[in-house]
Amino acid sequence: MADQKRHGPGGPRGGFRKPKDMRGTLKKLLAYLAGYKALLTLVVLLLILSSACTVGGSYLIRPLINDYILPGDFPGLAKMLVVMGLVYAAGAACSFGYARIMVHVSQNTVARIREELFDHMQRLPLSYFDAHTHGELMSRYTNDIETVSEALNNSFGSIVSCTLTFTGTIAMMIVLSPALTLITFAMLAVMLLVVRVIGGRSRRYFAAQQKELGAVNGYIEEMIEGQKVIKVFNHEKAAKEGFYLRNEAYRQAAVQAQAYAGAMMPAMGNLNYINYAIACCVGGLLFIHGGDLGGLAAFLQYTRQVAQPITQISQQMNVILSAVAGAERIFEVMEAQPEADQGHVRLVRVTENREGVLAQADYDTGAWAWKKPDGELVPLRGDVRFDHVVFGYDPRKTVLHDVSLFAKPGQKIAFVGSTGAGKTTITSLINRFYEIQGGSIVYDGIDIKDIEKDSLRRSLGVVLQDTHLFTGTVADNIRYGRLDATSEEVQAAARLAGADSFIRHLPQGYETVLSGDGGSLSQGERQLLNIARAACANPPVLILDEATSSIDTRTERLIEKGMDRLMAGRTVFVIAHRLSTVRNAKAIMVLEQGEIIERGDHDDLLQQKGRYYQLYTGQAELA
Amino acid sequence: MLKKLWPYARPYRKWIILGVVCSAAEAVFELLIPLVMSDIVDIGIENRDTVFIMQKGVLMIAMAMASLCFGLGAAALSAMAGQGFGANLRRAEYDHIQEFAFSNIEKFSTASLVTRLTNDAANMQMTLMMGMRLLVRAPVMLVSALILSISISRQLSSIFLVALPLLAAVACVILIRTGPLFQALQEKTDALNLVVQENLAGIRVVKSFVREDHEREKFGERNADLKNTSQRAFGNVVINMPIMMMIVYGTIIAVMWFGGHMVFAGTLEKGKLITYFTYITQIMMSLMMVSMIFMMLTRSLACARRIAEVLDEVPAITDDHALPGAEAADGSITFDHVSFKYNPESPEWILRDVNLRIPSGATVGILGGTSSGKTTLVSLIPRLYEASQGTVSVGGRPVREYTMENLRDAVSMVLQKNTLFTGTIRENLLWGNPDASEEELWDACRAACASEFLEKMPDGLDTDLGQGGVNVSGGQKQRLCIARAILKKPKVLILDDSTSAVDTATDAKIRQAFASGLRDTTKLIIAQRVASVQEADLILVMDAGRVIAQGTHQELMESCEIYRDVYQSQQEGASIGG
Repeated sequence: MADQKRHGPGGPRGGFRKPKDMRGTLKKLLAYLAGYKALLTLVVLLLILSSACTVGGSYLIRPLINDYILPGDFPGLAKMLVVMGLVYAAGAACSFGYARIMVHVSQNTVARIREELFDHMQRLPLSYFDAHTHGELMSRYTNDIETVSEALNNSFGSIVSCTLTFTGTIAMMIVLSPALTLITFAMLAVMLLVVRVIGGRSRRYFAAQQKELGAVNGYIEEMIEGQKVIKVFNHEKAAKEGFYLRNEAYRQAAVQAQAYAGAMMPAMGNLNYINYAIACCVGGLLFIHGGDLGGLAAFLQYTRQVAQPITQISQQMNVILSAVAGAERIFEVMEAQPEADQGHVRLVRVTENREGVLAQADYDTGAWAWKKPDGELVPLRGDVRFDHVVFGYDPRKTVLHDVSLFAKPGQKIAFVGSTGAGKTTITSLINRFYEIQGGSIVYDGIDIKDIEKDSLRRSLGVVLQDTHLFTGTVADNIRYGRLDATSEEVQAAARLAGADSFIRHLPQGYETVLSGDGGSLSQGERQLLNIARAACANPPVLILDEATSSIDTRTERLIEKGMDRLMAGRTVFVIAHRLSTVRNAKAIMVLEQGEIIERGDHDDLLQQKGRYYQLYTGQAELA
Repeated sequence: MLKKLWPYARPYRKWIILGVVCSAAEAVFELLIPLVMSDIVDIGIENRDTVFIMQKGVLMIAMAMASLCFGLGAAALSAMAGQGFGANLRRAEYDHIQEFAFSNIEKFSTASLVTRLTNDAANMQMTLMMGMRLLVRAPVMLVSALILSISISRQLSSIFLVALPLLAAVACVILIRTGPLFQALQEKTDALNLVVQENLAGIRVVKSFVREDHEREKFGERNADLKNTSQRAFGNVVINMPIMMMIVYGTIIAVMWFGGHMVFAGTLEKGKLITYFTYITQIMMSLMMVSMIFMMLTRSLACARRIAEVLDEVPAITDDHALPGAEAADGSITFDHVSFKYNPESPEWILRDVNLRIPSGATVGILGGTSSGKTTLVSLIPRLYEASQGTVSVGGRPVREYTMENLRDAVSMVLQKNTLFTGTIRENLLWGNPDASEEELWDACRAACASEFLEKMPDGLDTDLGQGGVNVSGGQKQRLCIARAILKKPKVLILDDSTSAVDTATDAKIRQAFASGLRDTTKLIIAQRVASVQEADLILVMDAGRVIAQGTHQELMESCEIYRDVYQSQQEGASIGG
């Protein structure tokens, strides 16, 4: 149940998607920039200055040629060149200034988005992680934020400056020669048409390419993950053929997409050369009648520059579109409903005086109590009751039907049943990983909905079926249960869990660094570390979900004493396949298809000769 | 490094050469256009020769058209060559990985292999594509613009003697400075992603221990680190542009000054001066492009190295000693003084001096503690790993004398961590035997107790499994994997703890089906429960890489203390229950 995964739209690799709500997303994105209003105003100012300098610098060619070079006024030329140098220098300085500010703004903004995304992700309910693959959520960080960062870094400035330069250039061209400008307009119209046609085509081919790329990458991922199975089944040939097919389909789609995308630059560049040629020609003819060589030179310089902003803007538009699409996906995560947490009952440490009156303490007393909003302290005892609980991961598909049960303080409650019967689901509900759809769960007389979520979970120690270790030392991993545990406490926890002996055999003992989810450890060793982690946390209630399934029975027996000590005086929920593990439980619940079909202790259940009896004798029969 | 990858681009060498020629021609034409323009100014305008101007205008348009054609050609050719190269590269890598033994796969880790096949290969194809255009265009532009400028005025071109080295020096400094910064940036990014990845994988652990704040703190640290590094890296990059611009503008001003004098003195024509500007811009742009290409190439080199590593990896297990026709006569297995360790340098042996004789058709149970070497022992039979010492034989012949295909056809193994693939259940089962009939499929499913849930599924065998088999539960998946293995009709069937998610009753049923249906198949079963192997003909008890006892249940109960121990630990329930 826990590993049910669905693929969201686009999937982990479906990068190419048009933004759904361009305006809304842009608005949200701009909200992040609101804090930089002053800086951004400065950026725009610098951009205007630098564009003016670039455009103006080229205009200076006209007086340079007409007024100084042709008449041979060299002192004047020197002065003019100094002015020109200053203009250019100012332009360069401005563009450096704006780029530097944009780096600051964009990197800070992106860091903030990352931070908020991660923060919010920590608040999301487990159902969200069930519905979205890790790859998909990962790509929010690796791809989407990257594109947003790129857009903020370059595109914003680039588009503003291109627009300014373009407008400035056109304005200057009109000043220089309205007639020639008309020709340029005509050519620009042609170029825009080409951009539209090539751009449209190339986007379509691009979408096809992305689709094929997703297919080939998906295939690679699946096959390489299953490479060992391929080997065992001599399936190499078929695996190769499947790959060739997708590889070839991708190649064909990519050739088309890339050829079109690559055509943009030469098409635009050379169309502009045609424009240049016509301008030269007509300019030359006009000159015969008019006679402004400097003007012609400046105009030609502008002609060479005029198309560049168009190409650049059309390129940047693609970056921006994918950035907006990326931002949209990021905001989708950020706007996902976080875990509901309206509870106000908190877990506090307490001391108890001789009369049994509780008082809140701020040091480790070993005793806990629930503190209600009105200040009343209820001792934590570990009394958990399910009252007609109805639940389904998908509200339309009920997994648990009307489950009622109670665990008295200090009792060991066991769940047995075949895979998919709903055992893990029940324990996930105590933790409030999921919201129930009907009935109630009451903990020490308090509805768990009224308990602050963090407090609730802190009171429950969970050892999960899937073992997960974090990059860091062995000691760090055990300490994950209680961050301020001393190394003595960490080792004590390890001894309790029977993990101490194998840890000591590791190259650096407790300081051995684990990486890649503790890949160097066997499954059994990882489970021992998981138990040690829970032991370190020292919680009042324990949930053991197949905590020892990969530990062989002999080792399990060796750690039994430790486990007994761990479980002593606590309410414990145990899920296990091995009936021997649950035999001494106070109450055993037999689950089938989301219903408790039998309950009682071991002897009762055997006498009932029901499902438990069958399961048990299924093993005993062969004994 | 690039030499190593050249063979995969070789089939496209015609296109590459043609594409390079196109790129070069495009660049040359682009440069000739301004030269024609100077004729218009200097001859056409000077002589007020309208016809001449028109002629030159048409010539210029024709040149632009030619340049356009070459440009489009270069784009298409580079796309074809680049994508073809990428496809070849991926294919070569993928094919080579198919030859890998388990030890090779573990050395790289699957995640890293996937990256090398996807990202790295994509980067290489991009490099060739861009390289064919930019890498050719920039130097051609540079050289021809230089030649043309010198041909216009040798004297004026001496300005380049100052400008070019200056520009090159600046580019070098920037490259040297930013290189390590970008590497650091990559490392910080990886560090950040690692936190997210582990957080996602362990989200239940995080939530149950209420460690969200701790995770936030971890993330916050890495995030700040990444931010600072990227600010430094990008801050360095943005200096690049203005400095280069200043050098270009400086050159323009110098040309104006000296060129102005020359025009006045009559040693340079006016039109040529204007053309000269164009070339300066061109030369400087090409230089900037070259520096960008270098940045790209340093990244590509890293990718090329990673791909070459995969291609250079020697498969640890080959068919070198195999007799092509040899097929296993029966399912007998012998281990003769077999020892094994994963890494030759490691001091610790995983298996030590194992000696076994298993007759064909026997059922063998293997018990042992966590990491006692059970999985390793059985992995040597289908030769997933090679014994470090001693000989493993199947059907009376050492395993290395069979081709891997013949050996693995005879030995079927259900791995501990097993995988189903995207597609229907039927497609997955057919892996075992592509020619299996409907009848055979259902037989195998019945034997593996998979038929009971398959019959309840509306689409039966044609149920779509979804990616990685997400549409079936863990226990169902295991049973399908067993059915797939049975379909091979192997001489030896190995189950490596393959029923851990299956309840005891079903587990027992599967074993009964094996006993009755697979009489001639040698069955090796690794199990946690004594009950699972109790009826076996032979039970091996393993501890720390050794087989410390072997025999039937009865024999072991008498002779082996550990076995007795394990048995009793699992039997207490029965005695309490009466």
